[in-house]
Amino acid sequence: MADSVSREEVAVISNTDITSTESENNIINTMVERGTALLRKLEINVAEAEKRTGKNTVNMQETYTVYLIEIRPAETEGGTPAAPDTLWRRYSEFELLRTYLLVTYPYIIIPPLPEKRAEFVWHKLSADNLDPDFVERRRVGLENFLLRVASHPVLSNDKIFFLFLTEEKGWRDAVLETGFQDKADSRLKSLSAMFRVKNPDKRFTALKQYSDELNSVISQLLRIRARVADRLYGVYKVHGNYGRVFSEWSAIEKEMGDGLQSAGHHMDTYAASIDDILEEEEHFADQLKEYLFYTDAVRSVCRKHELIQYELEMAAQDLAQKKQQKEELATGTVRIFSLKGMTSKLFGQESPEQKESRLAALEQSIQEGEETVKEKNTECQEFVRAAWDDIEHFKEQRDKDLREALISYAIMQISMCKKVWTFILVCILCMYINS
Amino acid sequence: MSISAPRGLASSGQKPITEILHPLSAAEEPLSPGPDVTVSGGRDKEVGLTNGTPVETPSPASASVLFNRLQLDDDLDSDGRDPYADTETHDLFVTVDDPKKHVSTMETYITYRVSTKTTRIEFDLPDYSVRRRYQDFDWLRTKLEDSQPTHLIPPLPEKFVMKGVVDRFSEEFVETRMKALDKFLKRVADHPVLSFNPHLNAFLSAKDLNKRQGLALLSKVGESVKNVAGGYKLRVRPPEFCAMGEYLDTFNQKLGTIDRIAQRILKEQSEYLTELREYGTVYASWAGSEEELQRPLEGVAGCVTTCCGALEDMSENMGQDFLPVLREYILYIESMKNVLRKRDQSQAEYEGRLEAAVLRKQEDRTPIPAEVEKCQDKMECFNADLKADWERWQSNKRQDFKQLLTGMADKNVTHYEKCQAAWESLITLLQDKQTEDKTSETN
Repeated sequence: MADSVSREEVAVISNTDITSTESENNIINTMVERGTALLRKLEINVAEAEKRTGKNTVNMQETYTVYLIEIRPAETEGGTPAAPDTLWRRYSEFELLRTYLLVTYPYIIIPPLPEKRAEFVWHKLSADNLDPDFVERRRVGLENFLLRVASHPVLSNDKIFFLFLTEEKGWRDAVLETGFQDKADSRLKSLSAMFRVKNPDKRFTALKQYSDELNSVISQLLRIRARVADRLYGVYKVHGNYGRVFSEWSAIEKEMGDGLQSAGHHMDTYAASIDDILEEEEHFADQLKEYLFYTDAVRSVCRKHELIQYELEMAAQDLAQKKQQKEELATGTVRIFSLKGMTSKLFGQESPEQKESRLAALEQSIQEGEETVKEKNTECQEFVRAAWDDIEHFKEQRDKDLREALISYAIMQISMCKKVWTFILVCILCMYINS
Repeated sequence: MSISAPRGLASSGQKPITEILHPLSAAEEPLSPGPDVTVSGGRDKEVGLTNGTPVETPSPASASVLFNRLQLDDDLDSDGRDPYADTETHDLFVTVDDPKKHVSTMETYITYRVSTKTTRIEFDLPDYSVRRRYQDFDWLRTKLEDSQPTHLIPPLPEKFVMKGVVDRFSEEFVETRMKALDKFLKRVADHPVLSFNPHLNAFLSAKDLNKRQGLALLSKVGESVKNVAGGYKLRVRPPEFCAMGEYLDTFNQKLGTIDRIAQRILKEQSEYLTELREYGTVYASWAGSEEELQRPLEGVAGCVTTCCGALEDMSENMGQDFLPVLREYILYIESMKNVLRKRDQSQAEYEGRLEAAVLRKQEDRTPIPAEVEKCQDKMECFNADLKADWERWQSNKRQDFKQLLTGMADKNVTHYEKCQAAWESLITLLQDKQTEDKTSETN
């Protein structure tokens, strides 16, 4: 298996003529190659999209899109590919799945979904969710999401994920039964809470900073790219005006007439070609967007770590305080101000029995506190270990994916250049032939 | 720069357009101009080799070659086809170059070197080299118009430039103007009648141009007073001249439209360029946050910058080569229209005089005076000269526009070549790293 894969990838390197779709497929191949147990069993793809109308929760008619998920058992040697199991899912169900994963695996950078609404749009591209091009790009994004989860060493083993792929009707109930909704609310609260950690983990701080930078730079890039697309569109479309005037001019020429006519015709075609060019560029924008959304996931892992760290610190602080109190109580010195201490000073020392019972209570509290700290410590260490594992994996994936995306983008630019100057050649040839 | 098979290109064979694959419809198909045509796919690649590889997509190198070849073929063809080619003079060669700035207390101005090589006996020497300024060209043109009223005189570049809007001494402006002056002089020198004009002789050979009649501050089309025949109105313009007039009007209009479109394109391109530059810088700043991806991202930034540079060059070319030629033809059309008008006048005069003479003949049997016959001669001469000049003009116009459009296409192709090369080298960079990674992974 490994051999065949590396041979495939060698072919990719020497072939500079691969199309950008082929390059995209290479990313998918890389994911699949990761060989999780799930992917060894199944082939997953989001094959189609379809419009549906139905009544929503407030009993109003709405139009929405559903996506067809196809599951096929992985190809067996020499066997004919079996018919796929299929089910339909809409975007909101994907969202539900993702929220479940976010809550259940807070130490994992959960792959993002394609955007809910079209953003960073250049003016001609529709911002309409029902636009077929948008739907198509979303279909690709959803497939990507499923494959990323399926190729993740931890997430791929999740039962709910498996049910999402296999149980059309019963899945929603299964998800809700896990009770993740409660955790979801507390998670949201914790993400927006303001607190300060005394000993921040340098690695996580650096990661959060990087993630913020990446978010900012990709946003900027997408914004400007949209503006560039707008401008390029303008340039092409104005060239289209040549089409008409060349046609009109050809009418008054005897010998140059045919040549000008076909030149004009080619101008029109040239102007029209911009739509496809920019549509193809959206692929690249989608790849960037994926990583833009990834930064949110990274950020929330960092925040979760901060929260755990904070809770640990609070527990440790609490324990230390209690220990201090016990010491004071035992030795009779008051170093820390406490109401009890003050009242006893004012109203006289308490009885030895009272002191004993208070000591016992404190002792109990301290033991519980120590348990808590131990737990929190373990939790924190586990979190750090698991998270950092995933972060390394994420970094590798990011480098590979973005490199592929850049290659794919460059290939697209080359193909566009070739098309255009080949086109110009044809244009001129026509002129000469017909005059 | 060699085409492997020196057979005629499609321009001399008759190849219907439909057989040429449209590159935008056939996504990755190679361009195949025709079964009997081979285009070199680059210096080392040869097409249609024994290993059976099909016709390759022409590489950028072959584009310029193709253009040159087409131009050459065309020149060879046109000599055969053009009945007026024989009347072109080939014994008088002129060039305008070497602009120099002169500063004096009164004014600052530019002079150009005008070089002449000739075997004509009308000239004392075979070579001349003189310096002339725009005023001198203007003088020459006026003189030609006055002395050869039945001929079409080529236009000069615009005389007046708005001070403050255009820098008269900028390299671009001087370069553009000089090219136009060179064209003007070449056209005059190529003309079978105009080239023998004594004023041209003086212009080309005299050490100091003695513009005895002073700088006639006539309008740029040089409407001379003596050519306007008094008060005669033309009744009917003969159909061939009507057709000319209509053609000129429509052509003028179309050129104007093309000029406007070209200017609009320049504007859009400049705005695109601004955005594209910023786009490149964002990649550079992203590179700063990354480790593994730093070089690839810097590579992309570099690519984008290269493309910006290439676009800038192309826009500059459009401004310097394309637009001036359009404007020159608009001026040419004006000149032509004026000659038509003068022709109309001469016909009107003849018809008027003839009518008067016929009436008098009917009254008192006076014979048709010689003047009327002179008028008739003048008119017929005018008609003949104009028709001849018209054909020459049409032929030159075809040549000029083919050259113009081909030149523009060439510049465009160069632009895309540069961009393509930049992106291709980026892919090499990116994929090299991939190979490194792969080998280190499998080890």
